[in-house]
Amino acid sequence: MHDPWVFVAFLLPIGLLLPAVAVLMGIILGPRKPNAIKGTTYECGMETVGDTWVQLRASYYIFALIFVIFDVEAVFLFPWAVAYSQMQLYMVLEGVLFLLILAAGLLYAWRKGALEWV
Amino acid sequence: MGDPFGLIGRWFMDLLTGWGMESSAALTLLRFLGAGVMAIVLLFACFFLIVAERKMLGRFQDRYGPNRIGPFGIFQTIADFVKLIGKEIVVPAGIDKPLYWLAPLLVVMSIIGMWAVVPLAPGFRGTDLNVGVLYLVSVGAIGTLGIIMAGWSSNNKFAMLGAFRAVAQLVSYEIPMVLMLLVPTMLSGTMGVVGIVEAQSEMWFIVAAPLAALVYLISSIAENGRAPFDLTEGESEIVAGFNVEYGGLAFGMFYVGDFLHAFTVGALFSTLFLGGWRGPGAEQYPLLGLFYFFLKTIAVWFVTVWIRGSFPRVRIDQLLALNWKFLTPLALLIVAVTAVVNKLAVEQGWSRILALLAANVVMAAGVWGALALHGRTVRRREEELRAGAAVSASAAR
Repeated sequence: MHDPWVFVAFLLPIGLLLPAVAVLMGIILGPRKPNAIKGTTYECGMETVGDTWVQLRASYYIFALIFVIFDVEAVFLFPWAVAYSQMQLYMVLEGVLFLLILAAGLLYAWRKGALEWV
Repeated sequence: MGDPFGLIGRWFMDLLTGWGMESSAALTLLRFLGAGVMAIVLLFACFFLIVAERKMLGRFQDRYGPNRIGPFGIFQTIADFVKLIGKEIVVPAGIDKPLYWLAPLLVVMSIIGMWAVVPLAPGFRGTDLNVGVLYLVSVGAIGTLGIIMAGWSSNNKFAMLGAFRAVAQLVSYEIPMVLMLLVPTMLSGTMGVVGIVEAQSEMWFIVAAPLAALVYLISSIAENGRAPFDLTEGESEIVAGFNVEYGGLAFGMFYVGDFLHAFTVGALFSTLFLGGWRGPGAEQYPLLGLFYFFLKTIAVWFVTVWIRGSFPRVRIDQLLALNWKFLTPLALLIVAVTAVVNKLAVEQGWSRILALLAANVVMAAGVWGALALHGRTVRRREEELRAGAAVSASAAR
């Protein structure tokens, strides 16, 4: 039972449970008188038109895609960084080569205009 | 007074085993209690963090801040809490129910979860994971997920816009943050946060990698989603963004998450770059280490609040340009240069810290020059535009 993850296995559910208790307390102690008008989106002001889950501009999606590419590749760099102190110089340079490939990908996205907010 | 934390732990273990409990079960119970105490202390610390931050913001903006309830207004948050409990949680129609209720809880959970690996004092910590840095990133991403879930599930277009901005901002700024986490990992040769603190015994990493520390600080403030990067909320643009349909304590949880995250940013920064609990005499007296840790954390937190109180909100195109065209390439450069220079210094027998510092100064000068050049081009283009507009205006007249 000396697994270090035991603490995390306790802390995360507790971290989820405590705010849940607080919200529950709010639900129990607060008044609760729902009606149709109160339940409308925004409750006051103009009524919204159409469905909320509309199609939005594709730029957000492109940024999310670039993020996924970079994040996955950044994860590959962590083992390299951990092994760093036992490496020869040429191994470090290979890691730098990998970084250059990443930078080339970024440059490609940049030149293609994927990083412009239009 | 040598090691109070170890003493308490041993006393507790003796007590439980004395009651006839197996030592492994006692250890598990100890972990459970530790986790509970940590989560509760963090949530209760919020009462004072929020009031302190509001006081500071008030002073930065030349006003008093909360000063009515209790001496110097320190019970303001408790009054707010009581008020929020008594409010009706209005649930809008047409929401995505499970996501709507889960989102605020996930935000708080991610912040509390981050503290699991932070070493508070020598021998006093939640746990020591061998993948601590990756754990920090992944647990932090749960908070981002919570914000996106909140905006998506609220059935409100402003909330939806907030969620999309969260995709563009919170997710993007994770890239430089993750890349900058590579630098302490590289310099210490371990992903464990305790190992990173240990490796800073001769010199703090901020001395060896000041640029990395700066990029990390900027991107973690952006991750936190507060001014000048508060586009996910942007109350003057999209009302309150992702949390607009939340009320009562469900909103309060986002509030708590935001303020606690700011403090956590300080804690993580001081752990990764400022040596955590390290300081004179901290090894002999763990309590002193705890004091140093919180001193550094509060200092960094103060700086982030200062930034919040001083800068106006950036536009979304500026925000994305700053991340993708400046911080990310810079982060790649820093990782590459740090790796090569450090290895060269070790092989050639130079002083590692001096070599790294020199490399950082050279990089900073290069970046400064490039920015100055870029700024000049932008200004010239703007002036040409303005001159062209003036010409066409006079022609029309």
